[in-house]
Amino acid sequence: MTIPSQFTEPAQSSEPSAGETMTTAIPEELVQSPSLEAKATAGAPAPVISVQNLWKVFGANADGVPRSEELRALPRKELKQRTGCVAAVCDLSFDVAPGEVFVVMGLSGSGKSTLVRCLTRLIEPTAGRVLFKGDDILQANERSLRELRRHNIAMVFQHFGLLPHRRVADNVSYGLEIRGAGKKERSQRAAEVIDLVGLSGYESSFPDQLSGGMQQRVGLARALAGDPEVLLFDEPFSALDPLIRRDMQNEVIRLHHEVGKTMVFITHDLSEALKLGDRILIMRDGRLVQVGTGAELVGAPADDYVRDFVREVPRSHVLTLRWIMRPVQPDDQLDGPEFGPEVVVREAVRAVLESERPIKVVEDGRLLGVVGNAEILAVVAES
Amino acid sequence: MTSIALVRTGIRPFRGAIVTALLLVWLVGFTVLHGQDTLALGAADTTPLHGRLNDLNDAVGANRNSNPLFLYFFNEIRLVVDQLTTFISSLVSQPAFGRPVPLIGWLGVVALVGFGSWALGNLKVGLLAAAGFTFMGLQGLWQQSMDTFALTLSAVLVALLVGIPLGIWAGVSDRVNRIVTPVLDFMQTMPTFVYLAPLTLVFLIGPASAVIATLIYAAPPVIRIAAHGIRQSPKETLEAAQSLGATRSQTLRQVMLPLAKRTIVIGVNQTIMAALSMVTIAALIDAPGLGRVVLRSLQSLDVGTAFNAGLSIVIMAIVFDRVTTAASVRVERARRTTSRIPARVRKVALLVGGAVTAVCLYLSYTFVWAAEFPTDFDVGSPISRAASAVTDWAQLHLSALTSDFKELVTNSLLNPFQSLLTDSPWWLLFAVLVGIAAVAGSVRTAVTTALCLALIVGTGLWFDAMTTLAATLVATVAVMALGLVLGVWMGRSVRVDRVIRPVLDAAQTMPSFVYLVPFVALFAASRFTGIAAAVVYAAPVAIKIIADGIAAVSPTTMEAATAAGSSSWQVITKVQLPMSLGTLALAMNQGLIYVLSMVVVGGLVGGGALGYDVVAGFRQNALFGKGLAAGLAIVLLGIMLDRITQSVASRAQATTDHVRH
Repeated sequence: MTIPSQFTEPAQSSEPSAGETMTTAIPEELVQSPSLEAKATAGAPAPVISVQNLWKVFGANADGVPRSEELRALPRKELKQRTGCVAAVCDLSFDVAPGEVFVVMGLSGSGKSTLVRCLTRLIEPTAGRVLFKGDDILQANERSLRELRRHNIAMVFQHFGLLPHRRVADNVSYGLEIRGAGKKERSQRAAEVIDLVGLSGYESSFPDQLSGGMQQRVGLARALAGDPEVLLFDEPFSALDPLIRRDMQNEVIRLHHEVGKTMVFITHDLSEALKLGDRILIMRDGRLVQVGTGAELVGAPADDYVRDFVREVPRSHVLTLRWIMRPVQPDDQLDGPEFGPEVVVREAVRAVLESERPIKVVEDGRLLGVVGNAEILAVVAES
Repeated sequence: MTSIALVRTGIRPFRGAIVTALLLVWLVGFTVLHGQDTLALGAADTTPLHGRLNDLNDAVGANRNSNPLFLYFFNEIRLVVDQLTTFISSLVSQPAFGRPVPLIGWLGVVALVGFGSWALGNLKVGLLAAAGFTFMGLQGLWQQSMDTFALTLSAVLVALLVGIPLGIWAGVSDRVNRIVTPVLDFMQTMPTFVYLAPLTLVFLIGPASAVIATLIYAAPPVIRIAAHGIRQSPKETLEAAQSLGATRSQTLRQVMLPLAKRTIVIGVNQTIMAALSMVTIAALIDAPGLGRVVLRSLQSLDVGTAFNAGLSIVIMAIVFDRVTTAASVRVERARRTTSRIPARVRKVALLVGGAVTAVCLYLSYTFVWAAEFPTDFDVGSPISRAASAVTDWAQLHLSALTSDFKELVTNSLLNPFQSLLTDSPWWLLFAVLVGIAAVAGSVRTAVTTALCLALIVGTGLWFDAMTTLAATLVATVAVMALGLVLGVWMGRSVRVDRVIRPVLDAAQTMPSFVYLVPFVALFAASRFTGIAAAVVYAAPVAIKIIADGIAAVSPTTMEAATAAGSSSWQVITKVQLPMSLGTLALAMNQGLIYVLSMVVVGGLVGGGALGYDVVAGFRQNALFGKGLAAGLAIVLLGIMLDRITQSVASRAQATTDHVRH
């Protein structure tokens, strides 16, 4: 990325206006542009987690639902009326790439918490496959499932799930304890991760002596202690108040930079999803509605549901230049400053407005298009 | 909302009308037919069924040592329990091992109890325990206290040994829980009294039967509470352990048990209190101890002696309660102490205390002065004399007041109502009760009621059962009246709650037996005495339930009612009471169960009817069968009342829930 230094400091976010009209100003061919598609898959390493046609149905004879062509297609409400079964997760498929922060977003009841529990079979899925580095977790026996939970995938919970009778250090090292680590190793590792999440000095406190945010740091440290490859977060910050929530989000971003774990993050908060997620999956009534980067969701919502969701997002904070640039026209003066296509609009606003000429959007030396005052103002005015 | 409107406007008055009509039919039937088909049976008369039960008793007696069921099962249980009881008794209460005194004398017991309480709880309860036990000795009741103590200890040991694992199992496994819960529910509706008769049939009369009856009665609380504690572990914490790869046994040992520890200790408290209560009542089947002193002196109307022994029971109950409560606080606080220094100080102090205790144990083993409680300071006789004097004074000077009150209640309320129940033709009352059960509950309730009543007719004790029912209902009305007044008051004011609740808690730890003593002092032996004792015995539980229900009414709703300009009276009658209908019904259910169990105990002090039949059954061999049948009738009454009130409660709960949502 080539971002002029004066633009790296993000401007204070403007209040999102309650814009009524949010027509997509993106040309159709751009949305479907192969370069975007390719980015997600081509050349990417094998996924860490691959979920394929996953179903979780609650109720008697739940097994029959995914097997029946007819029942599979029914919306949740009708399925409930016909069979008495509740389909929490319906035919869900997605891949999580190594090092990625993959966010699953949906309102309450959308099945997202069930989904994340299906990944390590805290809830037993009804049908489908969950591959961890190519091995199907659903086929694992109890022993290897336990090993997987002990070493490879750790989880952070909404209400922390700490052990109230243990001190912070003992909570953090609990996972090491149950997998049989020695006392010395445990305390050493606990000290490391406690330091990592910024809880030094609280090692011998009890959970209920800590604030909510600090308790969740303990939960985070506990998950990190076993050095897992994947971290699952089940709405980890929903129970915290807004300021603490922001701190914790930044903490996750920092940790992601420092330890580079793959993360699957469940949330109902769009701004949290946009802030943390490399890619976001939107769920509704157990089904996948759309999966893509924040810019893709905002720039090209798959349906009215997603459109409604992203309506109040300040578009200039999410959209990149790729989404607003126009093709070069013969009379354009092409000696303006150059920007990469993934630069967020907000960060290019001043450069565009100060420049006499439209700025050039350049990728690998190739000129993709230009952005002038008109394009910028269209986005900024809307948001 | 429409369904509520229906309930409110359509079905309710309809139900009310049916009940009223039923009651009218009953009244008319009573006036026309009264005295016919009452199925009355004289106190010494028996029916063929009672005879057959007597024969059964004889047959069991004759074959006790040849029937394989007895030889290899019941007798074995009896033997094991007997040995345990004998062993513990030989430690503290009975001469053993060729010694004229028990192994541990009074000094040793006092030191050990004090030290143990200190170690499990805190220094304060340690001192309380030592002082309490010493005082029992000063009352001249050391021997009897130790008998009670030994029996309670034996029963509690076995109850916990069985109950805690079973409770944990029921907590972990849904299937076990589904099996255990209805059994426990049933056991808890049975009045204490009822356990005794069938047990004597199988295990003979004596300490072993007393211990077995006690452990059966005392185990349910700890099973239930332990299961509840395990079940209460927060779901997310369990999920967290699971997601970290904990095995089932790791989760149980490291997460569930530590989290449930405090709750389990509370269960132990309940079990101990229940055990003490039952051990005193087991005096009826010849269990030694304080209960026997109370029983004998109540029978000879020696209120002074009964009071002295009752005081000992109360003191023991207070000591047990305080110590186990302190122990549960310690469990809670053990993980709390962040600094380690006080823990070390305590450890050293405990070591010193342990050494002193050991010395006391040795002294009490070796020297007579430390073995037998000295008789120089006799506090018991003055207490007895004072209690007798107060009783005499009360009966002399207050008799105008007390006997007037007694006469008033007896003549204006109890007698007419009892006559209504007992003098109606049995088939009429049968039909009316089944009808009421059907209207108030469901068809299922009606079937249960019919079955219970038919079996009561079968026991041949219909008349006595209706007498007991009358007393129970009258007492329950009084309990509910008390419960409403005090419960609403407490529910509306945190300050009142804070004052009254500890009193109620204390009252609930008292063994039921003890309640009789002051009422005998005030009202002498009569039917009324048993009822009054039952009211006071059952009131705390009803008051607490109602207070909790009233306090649980959403403050927003209250605020809305006040904002609309309601007066306090309107808030109570139009918001708080209607919104806690379910709780009121629950309070009535519990009140009835408690009252029934106490009304039966009231048979000891002139309550007559079923309670008297049971007691007479223990005393006279010829009446054993009748006593057993009376016990059965009590159980049937209990089941019937429980089912009816429970279905009313669940219906009321359902309507309240509708309104709330």
